[in-house]
Parts: sequence; structure tokens; C-alpha cells
Amino acid sequence: MKQPLRIGAGSAWWGDRVEPAILSAEQGDLDYLCFETMAEATISAAQVRSRRDPTFPGYDTYLDDRLRGVLPGCLRRGTKIISNQGWINPNGAAERIVHWLRHFGAKGVKVAAVNGSLITDRVLELTDTILENGKPTSTLTPSLVSAEVYLGAEPIVAALKQGAQIVVTGRVADPSIFMAPMMYEFGWDALDHTRLGAGNGLGHLMECGAQVTGGYFSDPGFKDVPEPWNFGFPIAEVMPDGSAVLTKVAGTGGAVNLMTVKEQLLYEVHDPANYITPDVVVDFTTTHLEQVGPDRVRVSNIGGKPRTPTLKVSIGCTEGFIGEDMFFYAGPGALRRAQLAKKILEERFKIVKLDAEEIRIDFLGLNAIHGAMSPQNQPEPYEIAVRVAARTRTREEAIKVGREVDGMAVSGVGHTGKRVPHQDRTREIIGVWSSLVPRDRIRPSIQFFES
Amino acid sequence: MKVKLQHLAHTRSGDKGNTSNISVIAYEPDFYPYLKDQLTADRFLAHYAGTVTGPVLRYEVDGLAALNFVAHGALGGGVSRSLCLDNYGKSLSAAILGFELEVPDALRPRLRGQHVLP
Repeated sequence: MKQPLRIGAGSAWWGDRVEPAILSAEQGDLDYLCFETMAEATISAAQVRSRRDPTFPGYDTYLDDRLRGVLPGCLRRGTKIISNQGWINPNGAAERIVHWLRHFGAKGVKVAAVNGSLITDRVLELTDTILENGKPTSTLTPSLVSAEVYLGAEPIVAALKQGAQIVVTGRVADPSIFMAPMMYEFGWDALDHTRLGAGNGLGHLMECGAQVTGGYFSDPGFKDVPEPWNFGFPIAEVMPDGSAVLTKVAGTGGAVNLMTVKEQLLYEVHDPANYITPDVVVDFTTTHLEQVGPDRVRVSNIGGKPRTPTLKVSIGCTEGFIGEDMFFYAGPGALRRAQLAKKILEERFKIVKLDAEEIRIDFLGLNAIHGAMSPQNQPEPYEIAVRVAARTRTREEAIKVGREVDGMAVSGVGHTGKRVPHQDRTREIIGVWSSLVPRDRIRPSIQFFES
Repeated sequence: MKVKLQHLAHTRSGDKGNTSNISVIAYEPDFYPYLKDQLTADRFLAHYAGTVTGPVLRYEVDGLAALNFVAHGALGGGVSRSLCLDNYGKSLSAAILGFELEVPDALRPRLRGQHVLP
């Protein structure tokens, strides 16, 4: 195996940009391109959608855009692809990828689908306790939508060993998607916690894409990056010992420096000495970072501890609805009009007997983002949006929020600015709970497809 | 002199359920002791009073000159249930930039954001 191994990030979430992934496929000289496309509630939302919409295929809705974009470059270079775009239908995603391979004239390319993370029908026999509140998982029975285990890198490695050039999965822990190629290419053992700690740590740095190359970072005058409209996605040049240089395609905007890497290192981490993944427990506290060139940061000495005997299960449940809307005031006295509007809505909600678990009426421009902690003695802004939201058990109740905001058009306060309500102003809540399942009760399976 | 945290450190928030983690990273290793001494978990929670219910845990990562605050009860019951417009709390990390610390006057020329120093 030539060194180093070049791994690129192709997406950090479902809605991520596609062009930087294409650029990395074309110019990144990548051995692997890895896609992360899920948030906590993605699987549950997909389950709800597939029940209502039989035409929804159950995988990443941008799968076509992404694959159509990167396949030409990947096929030319021989770049393998690892992706969790399978959502609730990895087999369907694999078949669709085969379609695109044939479209580009690639014959005999092996695509693997990793299944086995969905355990909705078994979750109550496999799990006991909800981690967040200590109650039995059986209390979730009436509202259960979906339960999925976070798989690790091992099934992806197994697929690569059997000749897959593209691996598409359901729920896999984000860092594992990026570490699987390291395990396969360097022959790391699944119990080698030192190397897996380093590899999973690198995966964690890569999984949020541009967040390590200058995205979610700029603060003018304090920390600026060049061309923040033109970020490159990260590329890791990984060595067999699990150290790496993080970089990006030359000529792209953004930056890879000690600040961007440190921010991403601790992103969504709780105890930095014990970051639990399906493969290993990562210790970030020993990490050594060094700027070794422009947009090149060497990452070494990320630690690892033996993996836990359990895997995390994410359980999605329907929990009611949110109704929300907004309207606007501007000019001298904007605040006093917004305050009267708030009072009117509070009274209206009593009159229409809005049955809500929680109601929130904020002034965007004053307190809608940071809430109660916002400073009280601020100068009055020139413009204020009144933003109202309520959480309800039924959609009928949630609809009342938008309907009462409608009333503010001709029956409200002077100088009220309002949108025409084209969009649906209600949404269903899918609450996400966690539990643990014994590792040995989960058996991932792999299915192969060929172009 | 009293300065806002933004002159000493940069921050980022991440979400998990009803918990937000907010990392506070010193711009220079020399600035780190001031953060470590003065930005305690209790003061952090007090700064977010009304918005974060707590508890708040503080983890120290000396090797990176960084503190990691784990703020429980920060996301209105959880990302999907929250009625906050910023339900992921992505902007929460900006609030702590206004936290005031006492530093020696001699540090002034090395502080970030000279253009907005008092």
C-alpha cells in the first residue's frame, strides 16, 4: 500500500453543498471519498415519509446529485466511495448507484449495501432503559417510529475485503465511515484500540466536512478565512500509525489551521478523554497538532481505549406537532407595537382555547435566539420580527398558531408586516431517545450489486 | 483591565439531544490560564441563566489550551422539541464571547480584535 492514504469528505449532512465534493473527486487525488448524510432524526423522518409517500425511495434525496457529480472523477482515479446515504433502504441506494455506474459506462463495479442497523421490530426486547430519563424503553411503545443501532466500521471493512468499490450503508457512526478505509488499507485489527482511537479521531475531524476547513468559523476582525464562499472539503493524508495531515484542494477558499482543527476536534464532544464510538473510545486530550504548511495541519497522538460492550440505539418517536409563524414591525416604535401584538396573541390563544404544552412568543432582534439570557437594557432595534411557536399534541391545535397570525393582518396592530401564508406552518415532532444494546445481539449483513 | 472573552478565545457549539457543548479555545496558550481561573462552570451557567437550566460540566484540555463546557438543559427539551428559532443552539457559542475577564494591562497588544477593544 502506497503511503499516505488519501481520504476526502464528500458531505457533512444531507443538505450539504455538492460542488466541493465534485472538486475533491476531480482534483483531490483521492483513494476514498466518504459521505455523511444523516442527522439524529433522519431515519425516523424517512420512516414517517415512506409511510405517507409510497414513491419515496428511502435513501438520501440528493443521492442522484451527489453520485452523478462525483462518479466521473472517482471512476477515472479509481477512488472508492463509502457513504451512509442508504438511510432506510441501503439496497435501493445501491441499485440506484449501479444505475449511475452504467450510465457512465462503468461495467463490473461492485457495490455493497450494509444493512442491519434498523431494529425497530426488536428494540423492546433488545433494550431496557432510556438513557435520557431512566424509564423503561417500553414506555415508548405507543409512539415508536424507528429504532436504529449505530454500527461501526467493521461491516464496511468486510464489504471492502470482499471487493466492494462502493459501500452504501444505513446508520453507521459518522467517524466510522471515514475510519473504515484506514482499517482496511492498513490492516488494523478491530480490537487495536490505539490505532482505532487515532483513526476514529481523524474520522471525527472529517465528518463535518467544511467545519474543519473554515466553515462555521469566520468572525470578521477576529478570525477571518479567505473566500468564505468557496470552501474546499477536507482531505486527510493518513499514515499507517494513524497520524495524518489535514488539508484541502489547492485554490479553494477557507483555511486549515490550528484554530479550525481545534474547534472541530471538540465539536459535539462531551468528555474529551472518553468519546464513545462503536469501534473504540477516543481520547482527544493527548492530541498533538502542528501547522506544517499552508492549509496543512498534522494531527498525531489521538488516543484510544477499548470499545464498550454495548452499541448505542437511537429511538425515534412521534411527539406531537409544532405550529409557528412570524410577522414584522419596523420604524420608530417597532418594539411597542410588537409588545402589543404579543399581548393580542396571548389573549387570542385563550379565546380559541389553544391546547399547547409550551408557547413561545419572541422578538427577533431582541431575544428570539438566546432567549431569557438576552440583555434586558438593549437599544431598541429599527426592525423586529414577532416569532410565535407552540408545541401541541395534535396538528389541529398546531394549525391555530398560523391561523391566529393570519388574523393579525387586518385585525392586529398598526404597521404590521406579514407574509402571505404559502408554506405549511406546522411540522411533526420526532423526538429522539437513546438506549444501549449488547454488541453481540447485532448482526449486520452485506448485499452485493454489480454494474 | 477587564476584557470580553472574545479577545482571548474562540468558541464553537455542538448539539446532542437537550445538551449543548461549547468549546472555549485560547487564541494563545498564554491566555489559557486566565480562562481556566476565571471561567468556571458556575460562572458559565450564571452567564446563560434563563436559557441553560444546567447542570454545566467543565472539561479541561490543557494540551490544546481549551475548555469544553457541557451544558445540560440548553436546547429547550431537545433539538426536535425545541421552540427556539435556533433549535440546534448553533449560535449559543457566541453568547459566552461577552463574558468579562480580568487580565494584566500588558496583555493588551496581543489581544484579538484590537479594533473593538475599549
